[in-house]
Amino acid sequence: MADQERLNQGEFILWTGLGITSFVGFWYIFVLLGVVPKQFLPPPHEVVVRFVHLLQEPFSGYTLLAHIASSFQRFLYGFLLAVVIGVPLGLLMALSKYANQLFTPFFESIRFVAPIAWVPFAALWFGTGIGGPILVIFMGAFPPVLINTYRGAIHVDRKYLEAARMLGAGKLRLMTEVLFPASIPSIVAGLRISAGLGWQSLVGAELIVASSGVGYMMVKGQASIQTDIVMSGMIAIGLIGLLIDVLLRQAEKLAVHYKEV
Amino acid sequence: MADIVFDSVQRSFKQGNKEFLAVGGIDFTVQDKEFVAIVGPSGCGKTTCLRMVAGLDMPSKGTVLVGGKKVKGPGPDRAVVFQQFALFPWKTVQENIEFGLKSMSMSTTEKQEKIARLVSLMGLEGYEQAYPHQLSGGMQQRVAIARAYVLEPEVLLMDEPFGALDAQTRVVMQEELVRLARKNPKTVLFITHAVEEAVYLADRVVVMSRRPGLIREVIDIKPIREKEGWNTYSRIEDVMDLSSFVQLRSQIWKLLREQNLGVDH
Repeated sequence: MADQERLNQGEFILWTGLGITSFVGFWYIFVLLGVVPKQFLPPPHEVVVRFVHLLQEPFSGYTLLAHIASSFQRFLYGFLLAVVIGVPLGLLMALSKYANQLFTPFFESIRFVAPIAWVPFAALWFGTGIGGPILVIFMGAFPPVLINTYRGAIHVDRKYLEAARMLGAGKLRLMTEVLFPASIPSIVAGLRISAGLGWQSLVGAELIVASSGVGYMMVKGQASIQTDIVMSGMIAIGLIGLLIDVLLRQAEKLAVHYKEV
Repeated sequence: MADIVFDSVQRSFKQGNKEFLAVGGIDFTVQDKEFVAIVGPSGCGKTTCLRMVAGLDMPSKGTVLVGGKKVKGPGPDRAVVFQQFALFPWKTVQENIEFGLKSMSMSTTEKQEKIARLVSLMGLEGYEQAYPHQLSGGMQQRVAIARAYVLEPEVLLMDEPFGALDAQTRVVMQEELVRLARKNPKTVLFITHAVEEAVYLADRVVVMSRRPGLIREVIDIKPIREKEGWNTYSRIEDVMDLSSFVQLRSQIWKLLREQNLGVDH
């Protein structure tokens, strides 16, 4: 936020509305100017009509909601797997310099590999089974979870660790009762990035290794040059991504109910 | 028996590629159940001395022994009260006090009884479910003391525990600590740079000199306190008006000033 003051409600509505209106306006202008053939860039209202239609009529076997549900399920598996492995591993690396050095080289190299690069293996190992997308999502979601947990945990004020050690806490209690709660804000920041990357990677994976889901629906739409379907998919992805982020921020508020003293 | 023995203790730190001596050879014994205060200017290594007893820091040379055993790491037999309280902000008052007990083998009812006793002793009734940020500084420090006392440690290490408190709260806490120490004596090592506090609380006051930290002088307070009957006064300001107190205070002040050491208070 730097030094910005918060908007009041009127300003918030005005500027949000202005942003959306100009975006839609430019979209219409591009369509009307015919910069791109109409077939490849449908006007906004056609996309909206198609979007509503997809909610009711199945396309490529499922309605839009069923595609979303299918995508979301895969996302959830991959994301939760990343959290369940990433958070404890990040805490462990912060607590033990040996654990840190053990995992760092492997991790530092793997995080530069785009999640989508795992698609060939996802296809070879799992075919169109659920394992493929989960692998790809995991590869997208895991690094931010691990990095943010680790960074949050190494920056925990030493005084808490010293107090806990003085009170007789062993390594396990240091992890679960000190490092973890103290790192929650940083962990949630990581989860938000990781949910974003995971959700993006999911759609990438579905373009290739799935027979349902939003990504799959988009590929089918593209194959039959129904760009309004592709756009509807993009809108669904955006909305669900936003929803995930809102949910995570709410979860953070629930978890961090105290203030530093 | 829980005496603290500093046996030729040195501690040096690296700063860049230079090494400097923070604690330059300390030989001293805190007797069992004795209350010793260390005063000295900032950077004289007094906190380092306390941390070495706590096991949060290790001597570069020499050994620290507690109850005849070499200190190898922190443990609940040597409870520390930190200047910054270091309460866990994500835990309630009750959970903070309970933290150290969790590692001990005793029944839940026994734990609850111990906690309840400390809560009442420190005047924290009704605040068991509060979080530290909802308490005043004085209350927070009471929780920190309760958290240390509940372990029934043989040694209590206090690093400027009242340094972060306002003057009035500080006085209340000092009086409470004296009452607590009389009721339930422990071996206490107390760091402060407030001379009055040291004279009021301690059996002996150790004056340290600036870098490298060395013991400049040890002043016996207890015999004078007993002879002059300080204990008959319940309020700190009454004690501080006594000529015996004033004399000791100025003696320590002079020691601190003498070598141009500079004093913070």
